[in-house]
Amino acid sequence: MSEHHKESFITKYVFTMDHKMIAKQFLITGMFMGVVGMLMSAIFRVQLANPGESSILYSLLPGAWLNDAGGLNPDKYLALVTMHGTILVFWVLTAGLSGTFANFLIPLQIGARDMASGFLNMLSYWFFFIATVVLLSSLFVETGPASGGWTIYPPLSALPQAIPGSGTGMTLWLISITLFVVGSLLGGLNYIVTILNLRTIGMTMQRLPLTIWALLITAILGVLSFPVLLSCGLLLIFDRSFGTSFYLSDIIINGEALHNEGGSPILFEHLFWFLGHPEVYIILLPALGIVSEVIAVNSRKPIFGYKAMVGALLLIAFLSFIVWGHHMFMTGMNPFLGSVFTFTTLLIAIPSAVKVFNYLATLWRGNIRFTPAMLFAIGTVSAFITGGLTGIILGDSALDINVHDTYFVVGHFHIVMGLSAIYGMFAGVYHWFPKMYGRMMNKNLGYIHFWGTFICAYGVFFPMHFLGLAGLPRRYYSNSAFPMFDGLSDINELITFFALAGAIVQVFFLFNFFYSIFKGTKSSQNPWKSNTLEWTTPVERIHGNWPGELPVVTRWAYDYSKPGAEEDFILQTEPLKEGEIEH
Amino acid sequence: MTNILIVVVVILLLATLVQIVRVSELLSDIKNKDVNEVTDKDNNTQGILFLIVGFGFLIFVVWQMVTWNHLLLPPASSVHGAQIDTLMKISMGLILIVFFVLSPILFYFLYKYRGKKSNKAYFFSHNNKLEVVWTIVPTIILTSLIIFGLKTWDKSMNVDVSESTTIIEVYAQQFNWNARYSGQDNTLGKANFRLVKGSNILGVDMLDASSADDKMSREVHLVIDKPVLLKFRSQDVIHSAFLPHFRVQMNCVPGMTTQFGFTPTKTTAQMKETEGDDFEYILLCNKICGASHYNMQMKFIVETQEEYDVWLDSQENLESKLLTQK
Repeated sequence: MSEHHKESFITKYVFTMDHKMIAKQFLITGMFMGVVGMLMSAIFRVQLANPGESSILYSLLPGAWLNDAGGLNPDKYLALVTMHGTILVFWVLTAGLSGTFANFLIPLQIGARDMASGFLNMLSYWFFFIATVVLLSSLFVETGPASGGWTIYPPLSALPQAIPGSGTGMTLWLISITLFVVGSLLGGLNYIVTILNLRTIGMTMQRLPLTIWALLITAILGVLSFPVLLSCGLLLIFDRSFGTSFYLSDIIINGEALHNEGGSPILFEHLFWFLGHPEVYIILLPALGIVSEVIAVNSRKPIFGYKAMVGALLLIAFLSFIVWGHHMFMTGMNPFLGSVFTFTTLLIAIPSAVKVFNYLATLWRGNIRFTPAMLFAIGTVSAFITGGLTGIILGDSALDINVHDTYFVVGHFHIVMGLSAIYGMFAGVYHWFPKMYGRMMNKNLGYIHFWGTFICAYGVFFPMHFLGLAGLPRRYYSNSAFPMFDGLSDINELITFFALAGAIVQVFFLFNFFYSIFKGTKSSQNPWKSNTLEWTTPVERIHGNWPGELPVVTRWAYDYSKPGAEEDFILQTEPLKEGEIEH
Repeated sequence: MTNILIVVVVILLLATLVQIVRVSELLSDIKNKDVNEVTDKDNNTQGILFLIVGFGFLIFVVWQMVTWNHLLLPPASSVHGAQIDTLMKISMGLILIVFFVLSPILFYFLYKYRGKKSNKAYFFSHNNKLEVVWTIVPTIILTSLIIFGLKTWDKSMNVDVSESTTIIEVYAQQFNWNARYSGQDNTLGKANFRLVKGSNILGVDMLDASSADDKMSREVHLVIDKPVLLKFRSQDVIHSAFLPHFRVQMNCVPGMTTQFGFTPTKTTAQMKETEGDDFEYILLCNKICGASHYNMQMKFIVETQEEYDVWLDSQENLESKLLTQK
């Protein structure tokens, strides 16, 4: 193995090629964006509970477009909703989640010194960083950031005359996403190559921890689907700037008939959701991988049905490519196509159900240790059950007719994708913090953080289903224009109360995180008594992970409480005893 | 001033947290224990908390279903809508059963198997029989749901046009709806966006013979129990025509025509009796379309044939309307 040079401040903390440091860069950038995105949601939640009242939070947001006297007008409301969606979907739950844990865990858990290409890995972060700067800079543009929804359907997103945010703000959004895609492709290719080629001796595919399986499948999904988003965005750039008509046809805007003819906005939707649906699983699968690991470690039991878990991941990933049309049941596409997409979509419930049952079976007769990570892992399972079930309603085209684009959808995806994934991310942070920083996060603050978040999150998102069943469309600045929604203000106030409380609870996490980096109690080498390889590395971070030879793997990752063993865990490097059968 | 106060409060909160953590660490130093080690006592507390909060959540769900039930949409006012409602009831019932079985199991397991230092977990890595069962059972349930769902979908999307079908165009633009009736010939005259001019706001081609008897309106009147086919166009961006009471939704896409056929089964007057005097059937926009997206609406009125005929007769047809206003 190559010798590692002495690191200067710049090569250690800024332009670092060490996968562990890059992971932390992703994590902290993701956390920062998470706070930004959450504050945005707090602002529009206040608007929805008290229409027209300008909140104090609102005046804290930067950007010239916000500082005029008008307060939170509909344009700004839509801008906030759009940015909230973009930030949470791409910045926090894609880059923040997979970026962090793929980088951190892949080399450590497969027994490699670093990623296949440290340089590409570094580039991947810096593309992401520039994308972040560009996206945030769009907040300061005079006409405001992109505001046509995070799905940026043209013609709305193509025409600055239709909404101010489709001017410079949208241009910056597209540039930013382009950079983002480049970054995530560099990362994704690197993850795949590393997992396939750099596994240490004995680390066969059947012995990979489920985290690595999930991250591998996620990376494959990303590599196959993000390029489609890129081309989708490029065609939109052409339509916006060079007068082409890929997505535009027969439009009169502000009294002026545009020259475009023959394009179709539906083409955009197909391209967008060809990424968009796998994207849901790009977000969810890493969380499920983390959760599998954390639940097994803290139940002191092997994950139940390892092969079924891998099979379920593969099946979910495969199906995710042929279900995109369920976002488009109401676009007027051929009803037969709708039938096909209903069929494939509802099939996803089968592997998902298997995963839930296997989690429950893992907990059964365990010796459960409630670390903060474990609490959040359980939060994921709970959210996956609650939110996954409503997917059976939405995936059914006939039922979708009346709940499509209502708050029912908002409640559904925030629970199944948002909460499941963010809980998985928290679980990962609490679990691997000792490995990242050599110190422990405070347990009791972690408990407070979990219970506050768990209660508030259900308080926010569960009632949304009722708003949707009452017919309330999403992305409404206010529902005061329709007498039929007058009765819903109580629900909206309740949701906003929980949203603000939930936001405040996150202070416990942020404080715990940064305090523990510097002042947390020192961690031992294997604080959770875990089997996987990362806990055989020294506590102090070194570039290259293991000081001497690479470890040799002789068993799978889940020999917890194995009969005949003295301890309730057996490191993966421990050779099989004579006569011992591998699980 | 309030901003300063907020900053002060945040700083105080942070300072408090630092002190709490310090004190807990000092205490554990005295007791010579690792503060972050999960003890049996912690497992006990957290297990019980899961039982309490978990079941509290389930009670909260039931409370919502009881308290907010009256806010939900009334039963469908259309033929296919009633079928959708049936499917909805079955699906909802099913997912609620699964929810109220799985969630308690989860919370109960957490309580029941909360750890103790002296305990050891049961090594149980897989069981093929069990796994086959819980793959096949969801498969059967979902297959039946899929079949039922697809049947309902087929019926809802069925747009067989007979002679008795009223054909109405719904035209969307930022931030208005307009309707056009096809007139006595029951055929909509051709339209093209380049012909939009002055009062011809829908761009109807007046050279087309079927255009002359078309009628424009700012509200839509329908006859009870008579099938109607709505044809949607959009002038600028994507809108979505959403008629929640009829279980009807369809996007309006510039450059193409979309459609949705249905048969209303309750008049507005009948609905007012059960839902209150201020009830109206409303068409909403359900696809983000710009600043006034939240206020883009048009009234639908379902009435008897006689009432409808009186109203329709009072509407000017396009030929005289456009000619007189020129």
